[in-house]
Amino acid sequence: MTTDTGEATMGTEAALATTADDLPPGTTGSERLSALAQQHGALVTLVIAMIIASLTFDTFLTGDNLENMALSSAFLAVVALGMTFVIVTGGIDLSVGSLFALGGVLAAWGSQYGTAVALLLPLAVCGLVGLVNGLLIARSGLAPFIVTLAAMLAARGVLLALTDEGSRTYLVDKGSFFVELGQGSLLGIGVPVWITVALFALGALVLRRTRFGQYVYAVGGNQDAAALMGAPVTRTKVAVYTLSGLCAGLAGALNAAWLASGVTILGTGMELEAISAVVIGGTLLTGGFGFISGSLVGVALLKVIQNVINQIGSLDSAYQQVVSGAFLALVIVAQTWLGRRQRVL
Amino acid sequence: MLTVTGLCKSFPGVRALSDVDFAARAGEVHALVGENGAGKSTLIKVLTGVYQPDAGEVTYNGTPVRFATPLQAQQAGISTIYQEVNLVPLMSVARNLLLGREPRSRLRLIDFRRMHREAEETLRSLGIRVDVRRPLRELGVGAQQMVALARAVAVDARVVIMDEPTSSLEPREVSTLFEVIRTLRERGIAVVYVSHRMEELYEICDAVTVLRDGTVVHTGRLADLDRLHLVSLMLGREIGEVRREGLTKFAGSHDAAAEPVLQAQRLTARHRLHDVSLSLRPGEVVGLGGLLGSGRSETARAIAGALPVDSGRVVVAGAPVRAGSTPAAIRAGISLLPEDRKTEGIVPGLSVRENIALAALPGLSRFGLVDDARIDRIVDTFMKRLRIKASSPHQKVGELSGGNQQKVLLARWLALHPKVLLLDEPTRGIDVGAKAEVQALVDELADEGLAVLLISSDTEELIEGSDRVVVLKDGAVVRELTGDAVTEDELMRAIADVPEGGPHG
Repeated sequence: MTTDTGEATMGTEAALATTADDLPPGTTGSERLSALAQQHGALVTLVIAMIIASLTFDTFLTGDNLENMALSSAFLAVVALGMTFVIVTGGIDLSVGSLFALGGVLAAWGSQYGTAVALLLPLAVCGLVGLVNGLLIARSGLAPFIVTLAAMLAARGVLLALTDEGSRTYLVDKGSFFVELGQGSLLGIGVPVWITVALFALGALVLRRTRFGQYVYAVGGNQDAAALMGAPVTRTKVAVYTLSGLCAGLAGALNAAWLASGVTILGTGMELEAISAVVIGGTLLTGGFGFISGSLVGVALLKVIQNVINQIGSLDSAYQQVVSGAFLALVIVAQTWLGRRQRVL
Repeated sequence: MLTVTGLCKSFPGVRALSDVDFAARAGEVHALVGENGAGKSTLIKVLTGVYQPDAGEVTYNGTPVRFATPLQAQQAGISTIYQEVNLVPLMSVARNLLLGREPRSRLRLIDFRRMHREAEETLRSLGIRVDVRRPLRELGVGAQQMVALARAVAVDARVVIMDEPTSSLEPREVSTLFEVIRTLRERGIAVVYVSHRMEELYEICDAVTVLRDGTVVHTGRLADLDRLHLVSLMLGREIGEVRREGLTKFAGSHDAAAEPVLQAQRLTARHRLHDVSLSLRPGEVVGLGGLLGSGRSETARAIAGALPVDSGRVVVAGAPVRAGSTPAAIRAGISLLPEDRKTEGIVPGLSVRENIALAALPGLSRFGLVDDARIDRIVDTFMKRLRIKASSPHQKVGELSGGNQQKVLLARWLALHPKVLLLDEPTRGIDVGAKAEVQALVDELADEGLAVLLISSDTEELIEGSDRVVVLKDGAVVRELTGDAVTEDELMRAIADVPEGGPHG
């Protein structure tokens, strides 16, 4: 190597510039393409699915149907928003389905004391559960899967205790302002949809443009490196699980306002739906990569599939889950494939 | 700038550092060298706050310090570049470079335009030009290393510790790195440089500290120390020391006239091996010499199909072996006893019997059913022959001593009736008595007609155990010692030797 030192004189800039371009010829183009597919694949699929659905069913592209879909997507979307942060850190939150139901019941019960209580009580309780999840995961190093599974069971238990094993349903007073949050509309679009859009805009800003957002990506991308680079790993993890709890609680409360009651049987399996939506939206389950907007698209896509199957009518609604499941499997296979293409260099 | 005095650090059963003094001075590149287990990594980890010293003092800028975490050391201005790049591959270069220090607008939102500009400027000042918007993983390893270095310097480091930064770099990337190191030196930063490559040390380093068995055996200006001397300090052997026969349990030489049973031809693997060729005859023990990182283990792994090669081939008894496939190599009769038996060989929770039978199982079963009686016979034979000390064949291997674990591994491979045995550090970490037994066993096996490739950092063991020694350096064969030239002196000379016409010859 002593003889190689002559090369140093050829200029370090040139030496390194060539290094970066050392990729085999042609890869850059297809690599960009797979990156694009990863980012916008869900959106393209959504557009195609909507075109096919509107061509097949006259009833699909009507104002009523679209508004219905938007409304029923809104609650899942808010849950998926929190889940996106968790998954980008490389974690998972299984407690959100239970927290969603618990939030709804707490909101319905609290609504008798006014809108503020109806909103703040579920936020406080669900946020607290999320905080505990985060502390256990980040400080004790327990697996997110186990910790949030325990929280899911515990929250479901609390819910059953509050409602006498599900036999008591708390109703929300129809005339209250709280119900307006769920049933009201602005410019012809339901309030929950507005709230969801606003939250997603805020969430995207936080993840993309704040230091906290960068830490979320760094922790998910390489936790050890993030720690060595001085990122507050523990704090970031606690924050994302708390955020996820808050989102689930809020979604539950809005749902209760929409239904004007706290329904206990809701939310079962919702955590899996939210995870599906996030993954379909292009976020890597392994963490370190993902976008807020993708999760919104993922939710929309799941709801469109559901809607189409409902429209077919002759198909049992149980097939919804079969199709959603098959679709999820497809997306994960595609992601793995795309990821491999980008990594094989 | 950063000094340690009287540093001691012990781990259960091992004294990793004893009474170590070390000083990194501003504007100086200080080489830290030593063979495996000499205590280099432990010293680095104490300096960077990963480990706490048992005794001794670390002084930084004249005041005693104690870093509880790597983060604290970093904040104080001590940055470390690890062998593996410690950045986030999915994030862009600029984000990696400025994580936690991103420029922000008044609304506390990140200003990406400014961030990219700052990142570009930082990198350019070190002579590095890359697109800072691209994800880090799209860059070559060298460029990634450079970004890590830029990050280390950008956080106002006063001391930069580099742990084998060049191990995965191309020669031209190395020269870029050296330019950067020179820039750092001019800025008055203290650099601690760990490497095994002689040329690099002599090219870039001003001072040197040699560690051996946890103690400092030499410290001073590198220019005052010639290569041969440096190698002898690292290996702990005197130049011209009389070769004393019979220190190890190896007997004399073996028959060397037969046709080669194994031929490795021009094995090449990017960054690791360059045109390595060697041949083994039945009944012959060939040693692989060289310093740590010279490609000894890589050669063995390439022959055994465990390291994918870019070119070259392995021929056993005249028939080529499919490259990059361990099963193919095993079928051809090549057995590798890996260096790290804990992670790569032994299954500690299984019994002696199960561990021995593991590799031979496919051959011992009929219609998918295992023939217990046959296994018992084989296990019994090998336990007796290799003198494995276990309470019964059903004792868990994890409970055995290191030497006996090694013998169990050996038995596992011998049960396959190999033609070629590759032994990577077979006596590391086992006690003296067991060491002698393993050495005697290697001899016996060779006498029975097995071809053995022996890798050992213990020069004495290597010289006395081998009929020939192939010396590797930076992944290439530099010399082959045969006959009377198989001595420790010659080995050290071969390792220290520079290519013809080199400035340090």
